[in-house]
Amino acid sequence: MLGKTAGGLYWMFRLLERSENTARLIEAGFRIALTRSTDPASEWKSVLTTAGVRAGYDAKYDSYTAAYVVDYLLRDADNQSSVVSCIEGARMNARMVRTALTTEVWEAVNESWMNLCEVLKQPIKDTELPAVLGEIRRHTALVRGAMHGTMLRNDAFDFTQIGIALERADNTARIIDVKYFTLLPTASYVGSALDNVQWETILRSVSAHRSFRWMHTDDMSPAKIAEFLILDSRFPRSLSFCSRIIEQSMEFLAKDYGQSLPCHGLIEQQRDKMRHHTIQTIFEDGLHNFITEFIHDTTVIGRQIEQDYRFIG
Amino acid sequence: MSTKRPHFDEMLLETDGNRAPYVEYGKWFAKQDPARLTQKSKEAEAFFRRTGITFNVYGEDAAQERLIPFDLIPRIVANREWVKLSKGIEQRVIAINAFLHDIYHRQEILRAGIVPVDLISRNEAYLPQMIGVTPPGGIYTHIVGTDIVRTGEDDFFVLEDNARTPSGVSYMLENRETMLQMFPELFSQIKVQPVSNYPKNLRRSLADCAPASCDGKPTVAILTPGIHNSAYFEHSFLADQMGVELVEGHDLRVVDGHIAMRTTEGYRVIDVLYRRVDDDYLDPLNFNPDSMLGVPGIMDVYRAGNITIANAPGTGISDDKAIYSYMPDIIEFYTGEKAILKNVGTFRCSEPDSLKYVLDNLADLVVKEVHGSGGYGMLVGPAASKKELADFADKLRARPSNYIAQPTLSLSTVPIFAKKGLAPRHVDLRPFALMSPKGINITAGGLTRVALKDGSLVVNSSQGGGTKDTWVLED
Repeated sequence: MLGKTAGGLYWMFRLLERSENTARLIEAGFRIALTRSTDPASEWKSVLTTAGVRAGYDAKYDSYTAAYVVDYLLRDADNQSSVVSCIEGARMNARMVRTALTTEVWEAVNESWMNLCEVLKQPIKDTELPAVLGEIRRHTALVRGAMHGTMLRNDAFDFTQIGIALERADNTARIIDVKYFTLLPTASYVGSALDNVQWETILRSVSAHRSFRWMHTDDMSPAKIAEFLILDSRFPRSLSFCSRIIEQSMEFLAKDYGQSLPCHGLIEQQRDKMRHHTIQTIFEDGLHNFITEFIHDTTVIGRQIEQDYRFIG
Repeated sequence: MSTKRPHFDEMLLETDGNRAPYVEYGKWFAKQDPARLTQKSKEAEAFFRRTGITFNVYGEDAAQERLIPFDLIPRIVANREWVKLSKGIEQRVIAINAFLHDIYHRQEILRAGIVPVDLISRNEAYLPQMIGVTPPGGIYTHIVGTDIVRTGEDDFFVLEDNARTPSGVSYMLENRETMLQMFPELFSQIKVQPVSNYPKNLRRSLADCAPASCDGKPTVAILTPGIHNSAYFEHSFLADQMGVELVEGHDLRVVDGHIAMRTTEGYRVIDVLYRRVDDDYLDPLNFNPDSMLGVPGIMDVYRAGNITIANAPGTGISDDKAIYSYMPDIIEFYTGEKAILKNVGTFRCSEPDSLKYVLDNLADLVVKEVHGSGGYGMLVGPAASKKELADFADKLRARPSNYIAQPTLSLSTVPIFAKKGLAPRHVDLRPFALMSPKGINITAGGLTRVALKDGSLVVNSSQGGGTKDTWVLED
């Protein structure tokens, strides 16, 4: 496979994942902004920080108003991570790697692009927002479904998996990074109403509020939430789960190509780190530290993969 | 009641009824509910949008992708007509290939005084880098898309030979696919020759042209200028259908005297490159130094015989419209036969007598740039305003040798499915021929382009033309 094609597949699915994550962040932000107990502006600010676009936003607007933030995240072409930009980018990459996609996957991404560009042509009113966010999630799910149902389990598939898992890991880690203080056991108002809202928001931003409750009926403690988000091997957005997918896909590639590359060493190191930690040791060493390191390692792994598999010449 | 039609229609007879190739189709059509056909027409458009069968229009927003309108009334060609056409095309392709070899080697045709020396030596499409170079297998014109027009029952003319990089074959394939999906019953009632083998034949034909340096199964790839090129859809479509890699210049480099593509496992040698990049952009070291689309050094690899480039560099000269005017002589010179397909009478404006005639009769003529393509830079006299005619006359006087002129042909029509029923529109036809040392293969069918505006003679997709599925009937 061409290095360019591997890169195109990786980015296509990374960008689709990003658009879905952004939709989810907006949804959680929108919900918490509706509750009177919090300060909506600070909530929107942390949404922007999590999405990694605060600098760009601050350069354009001077207040954290829901309408501006939502517009910037959904529709702004200047924002490279806006849903519109991500969908455009995903589709452009899909065109570039058209020969590596099945017709079903190509048509799914092309239709997503056509529909979402249409839906996001005008600013989205509050009343329409839930439907639009749902539409975004439905379309990305459609592409993913077509991929799982029709693509060969070969190197092309491995690169899509790595793209998705890296983006997802990065997203979950950023959510924890921005809200880590609410997860610290030392927080003075443990169990207060404010904390409950904050925890709820975190879980909602990774679509885990229901599954968490199913697994931890009584124990809504910060340690349990952190453990769930970081180490739970059943939750498909946990750091551990994502890094395992990356490791697995890279093992397939190594086997397929008959060669082990520097990126394989890096992912092994990260996996080792995760395996040796419990949530207690993470708290002991410092949650913030752990997360910062994880984000950094993930970035480095991504870059090494790009280089080892010759995404660009 | 019936007034004589100004143009030959390929479906509708002057009196009631249909021409022979359309009899069966006409019966089927008469039974159709127009509302259902309108619905089908919309479905076809949605299908094209969803599959991304679009083209980019130069000069518009880069993100702008347009659909080429598809008309659901097929263009039907009788087997008898096709046999003549395909023989004529084969003859021309053989002659053009021989002509190219000759002008880059011994130049017998110039010495015989059949084609003027100036027309070759002063032609920017003539590549000195190709002098004395013999392409693998002796093939220059691997893929040819001859443009043919019709004016009467037995009157076919070649309008252009398109031996450079003809496009449109993806529409031939997708139009058929669409028709099969929309009207499967038609294909069980009427025996139409298939076109679906084209990608397989193309791959085989290209592989048969592999250079001698290739031992084993040849690796074929398509070189595209990238996703912003107007024909990108076709490039990716063909790569997908053939099962070969679609590469861009920056995926390639010279490795140990070969062209190799950057894969996830390192560099891998390419034996045959079907390039959809013009000569000028092919190699910044040998041609346009600013080109980002090509591969530095590919011409050196080519001259060393380590890669096949299809079509061969320097082939473009045979698309020159002044050369075209000599085609009947060229055919006779290399094949010893009269041309089976007629040329359109052509005035070379470089010749003073012709220039005078052209200027005096501009309103009745079609004038084209000798290097032009895609319908750009041409004048259709009968459709032009006084001002346009005057402006064009100035251009002609300034650079006469840049132009040729042809009479306005009374192109045949085939009806399109319009709101008010069947409406005759002008068409042309582009069949696709493949050439390898093993022979010439012409797919029975081709791309029919149709001018959607009433009375318009311009069928180019860049100028608002549409397409039709082209049926060649079984004997």
